[in-house]
Amino acid sequence: MSLSPTMLPTLKAREVKVAPEIPISKTLPFWEGLKQGKVMTTKCRKCGKIYFPPVADCGECLSSDMEWLELSGEAEIEAFTHIVVRPLTFMNERPYTVAIGRLKEGIRVVAWLTDFKKSEVKVGVKAKLKAFVTPDGNIMYVFTRPD
Amino acid sequence: MIFEVVKCVKKVAIIGAGCSKFGERNDVTVAELAFEAFKPAVEDAGITPKDIEFVAVGTAGAGAWYEENLPAVIVSEYCGLSGAGLMRCEAACASGSAAFASAYWAVASGQVDVALAIGVEKMRQIDTLTMVEFIGRAGCYLWEFHNFGLTFPGYYAMHATAHMAKYGTTEEDLALVAVKNHKYASMNPIAHLRNRVTVEEALSSPVIAWPLKLYDCCPITDGAAAVILASEEAVKKFKVEDPIWVAGLGSACGTANLSKRKDYVGLESTVIAAQQAYKMASITPNIVDVACVHDCFTIAEIMAYEDLGFCKKGEGPKLIREGQTEVGGKIPVNVDGGLKAKGHPIGATGIAMLYELTKQLRGEAVERSRQVPLKNYIALAHNVGGTGHYCYVTILKR
Ligand SMILES: [Zn+2]
Repeated sequence: MSLSPTMLPTLKAREVKVAPEIPISKTLPFWEGLKQGKVMTTKCRKCGKIYFPPVADCGECLSSDMEWLELSGEAEIEAFTHIVVRPLTFMNERPYTVAIGRLKEGIRVVAWLTDFKKSEVKVGVKAKLKAFVTPDGNIMYVFTRPD
Repeated sequence: MIFEVVKCVKKVAIIGAGCSKFGERNDVTVAELAFEAFKPAVEDAGITPKDIEFVAVGTAGAGAWYEENLPAVIVSEYCGLSGAGLMRCEAACASGSAAFASAYWAVASGQVDVALAIGVEKMRQIDTLTMVEFIGRAGCYLWEFHNFGLTFPGYYAMHATAHMAKYGTTEEDLALVAVKNHKYASMNPIAHLRNRVTVEEALSSPVIAWPLKLYDCCPITDGAAAVILASEEAVKKFKVEDPIWVAGLGSACGTANLSKRKDYVGLESTVIAAQQAYKMASITPNIVDVACVHDCFTIAEIMAYEDLGFCKKGEGPKLIREGQTEVGGKIPVNVDGGLKAKGHPIGATGIAMLYELTKQLRGEAVERSRQVPLKNYIALAHNVGGTGHYCYVTILKR
């Protein structure tokens, strides 16, 4: 028996640690592309719809015949937020800005917005999507200043 | 995609409603908390547990933020409901409404005469940052959380920046929603946060996900709510004096990925669900006497005014500035304190709205000071799951 934060008696449940293995076989070119600095996505060969995130199957026409293409990365920011209160697994990060950018290709991407001063971050600002591998080996993509 | 509303369904009434005290409820288990809503609902209806043929339990965090993985049967056993048909419903923060819809369909179809919709959530058994993690994962984990740590306040904060950019909505406008809803929570004995706040206090509270600050966000709350639904035959059989009829029900979902929405100044799922509900009830938004809308964050209430048709798109801030959503205003909204201050126990919220509206339509609001004047005896509940990932709109009529 222990005491809850409200000082009432409680029992601690058995602890489990859970980290599911997420299959990426069907979106592998995306994850491999990031390592080469490319942001790849899929386009339906049958109906022509471009997807982001990339998908193996088309929800519009139900075809599974997809082709991979590299995105321009040229984006305009449509919405953003500066996140201060971070989730448990992001506690070691400094507060970060998450944005939704609309790409030239007509699709939208959610990613961190970096390199901008807070005062410069506005709806309508132009940004460039960039892919890279972090020093600790994470494959990542973010919005940065356009070249 | 709007389906023609099927008119051959049977009429369904709410004949009993109950709600637990909302707050940090470390004194009770999920079943004990559910019982606090169940018992008054059954007593209000004048029935016994044995009269209930079908049970839908709305709850979202089973096995994640509280210990029971499959809580529906834990709740039904505890409430003496063994033998009834049973399911658990999940639609994120609209899980309660999903349970209500399932119970409604069970009665409307003629399958059963008496059904229970009960929502319950235990959110205070784990630490806050783990809770922020779980709720943040509740959009699209792989594409929006895994790399970017989007939080639930963050999702709505992005709608706030888009709304501010397009319509000139201000942080003060958002604060006004908090001020109003805290005021009504201070008059609601079951509310979680019963303190009143000022615009200045709201604006100077710590930033959670800019532009949203602490007072723009609903608290993390434990709570339960229950309603008993009955067919016209059952209403007669149990001699219910004041049935509250379900006049309209609409539901729709949005995309899982926020990146697939067409804009960020409203929730399309709300618009679609509302159109269905208005059409089924054969009403227009301007004759609604009172509404409970999904104000998990202050910006959500402003968007709801617009998406539900209480005002034109972009005019939500004007409605709150003019006090039109207060008791006595054009359309009183969240006069129970809303999710913002009454609290938002995810699975219970949708049913807690129906509890409040049932009381309002009967003229039984506690305290009396927040009873709305009734002209058309029509009320509307709007319950969103996630950030427009799910939406249910329910219209009640006395
Ligand atoms: Zn296609």
